[in-house]
Amino acid sequence: MTYRHIFQTALRGLATNRSRSFLTILGIVIGITAIMLVVSLGAGAQDLILGQVQGLGTNTIAVIPGREPTGPSDVTALFSDSLKEKDLVALRNKANVPYLKNIMPTLFGAGSSSYGSNTYQVTIFGATELIAEIFDLHTSSGQFFENSDVLSRSNVAVIGSKVVEHLFENDNPIGQNIKVKGRNLRVVGVLPPSGGGSLFNFDSMIIIPYTTAQYYILGQKYFSRIIMQSTTDAKVAVTAEDIKLALRDSHGITDPSKDDFTVQTQQDLANRLGTITSALTWFLVAVASIALFVGGVGIMNIMLVAVTERTREIGLRKALGATDRDILSQFLLESVLLTAIGGIIGIILGTLLAFGISIGLSKGLGVNWQFVFPWMGAALGFGVSAFIGLVFGGYPASQASKKSPIEALRYE
Amino acid sequence: MTNIIEVKNLKKSYHDGKTDTVALAGVTFDVRKGEFMAIMGPSGSGKSTLLHLLGLLDEPTSGHYRFNGKDISAYSRDELADIRNREIGFVFQAFNLLPRTPVVENVKLPLYYSGLPEAEWHARAEKAVNDVGLGHRMYHEPAELSGGEKQRVAIARALVTDPDIIFADEPTGNLDSKSGKNVMSIIQHLNEEHGKTIVLITHETSTAEHSERIIRLIDGRIESDEKVKHRLSAEDEFVK
Repeated sequence: MTYRHIFQTALRGLATNRSRSFLTILGIVIGITAIMLVVSLGAGAQDLILGQVQGLGTNTIAVIPGREPTGPSDVTALFSDSLKEKDLVALRNKANVPYLKNIMPTLFGAGSSSYGSNTYQVTIFGATELIAEIFDLHTSSGQFFENSDVLSRSNVAVIGSKVVEHLFENDNPIGQNIKVKGRNLRVVGVLPPSGGGSLFNFDSMIIIPYTTAQYYILGQKYFSRIIMQSTTDAKVAVTAEDIKLALRDSHGITDPSKDDFTVQTQQDLANRLGTITSALTWFLVAVASIALFVGGVGIMNIMLVAVTERTREIGLRKALGATDRDILSQFLLESVLLTAIGGIIGIILGTLLAFGISIGLSKGLGVNWQFVFPWMGAALGFGVSAFIGLVFGGYPASQASKKSPIEALRYE
Repeated sequence: MTNIIEVKNLKKSYHDGKTDTVALAGVTFDVRKGEFMAIMGPSGSGKSTLLHLLGLLDEPTSGHYRFNGKDISAYSRDELADIRNREIGFVFQAFNLLPRTPVVENVKLPLYYSGLPEAEWHARAEKAVNDVGLGHRMYHEPAELSGGEKQRVAIARALVTDPDIIFADEPTGNLDSKSGKNVMSIIQHLNEEHGKTIVLITHETSTAEHSERIIRLIDGRIESDEKVKHRLSAEDEFVK
């Protein structure tokens, strides 16, 4: 019997039991749909996150106080006040970090702000005038504070769109004084809404000179982050190394494992986020695979029933000259065809769902969510479903092929 | 005339748990090429078992069987399947047609396993269907056919590989007497006009008397092996 005829026979076998064939593959369809959906959305999420991280400028390098904890006992290393003014001096020294383009110390804190009788809880972000360049920020009205404001610890602030909304309602905030942690700050600029999906959300932030934050608002002398940019992307790695050396020197550290700071490049961050989203995606794939496995067991069950039900047909075929192999191929192919068809339907359904959801997310959240067709997931889904057909169809098919023609014909 | 079937002391017993059931206690006979033979006997006499052994569907416990000059004990399962396909045609009491499959496709079924060129299949199947007078039913499904027509499809299927011998297991058992006679006249025609050897099982004397020779089995042994003196022909029946 040629492969084409085995194929024809198997297809006819499935067509004669159309509704049962459909119910049989439902488990596979659901499993593959879930996998396609998860892989596609995972890839979309990853693209979105990486896009935003990279939007920050790939030459950006951040220094965070404290080292990454190496174990549970090392947790205190996370919280540290190790980054101080003298580090800025060390890092600004061209001899230490020759390819440094920009450097900006930052401080974060939370506090309540008020204007008249309105109050609003805000994030206080102490920075320099470079924040506009580094984060690519533009004011919708007014402007950013200047370097002179930083040097003179001016009481000025640039405020986010939510802050405007809550404190000023319909008034024009430019030139008005708001009270933050008991100190009056003059609003010099207003930021436009940044959109829901942004990784850094400035909407409920008040940006002030870091010196003002240090001395009057937050009362902390150390920095939450030092954000730097190298002259070019190619110099990121070498600059990151230079920063480490400069800081170790400044902190008197000789053993790199005792570092009290962490240097993070955008690439590190992108890699890390990428790893997290992939891990999450594969975890979900593993969960969806359970549906596939259950679907496979369903296939085996139905195929066993079919083999028993078609005992007479098997006997007839054998009496008419079918070999064991012919019967084995027929039933195996029926099951592989079933699961492969289920796989294809699942791939189509999963793709359509993922496409619909990506449109929904783009429209609903206002983020730039790209639909991703997961070639890998599709290939894997198709392969796995066909493989399930082989594995779970194998036992019923071998049972079928072993039937003796007379036992089979006698069966009522 | 050469013998198509030579059976010597053929035995078959079944193991069923602890007990051994003897189905065939040793039978010896020959069948000439072109002969029309009937095997009769009450149920449990071993006639079905004998037919299964003769049709290479089952293996004997002991004894010798030469089919078409071949000692079948020397053949593998696959080789036996091939002999069944090319040299033997089967007609069963329960027709055993594939449901929801057109007549012509049902008749083609043995060709799938035959190794004959596919280009010939359709013509062969059509010819076989026409030979049993069902040309007008070519693309009907079995459910749309009467019992007699179904059995004629089964005969067409048995003929499609042009075998030397046809084994028929109670071919009229599920039919009314008119359809039964019609089926028997076709079988007789195959024997007389096409020279096919026919071995059929029946418990109806009227069916058996279409044959030239009747072997009667009781308790797995041959009780009698006689020529039919007043052979019926289907045409005779219609005349009466």
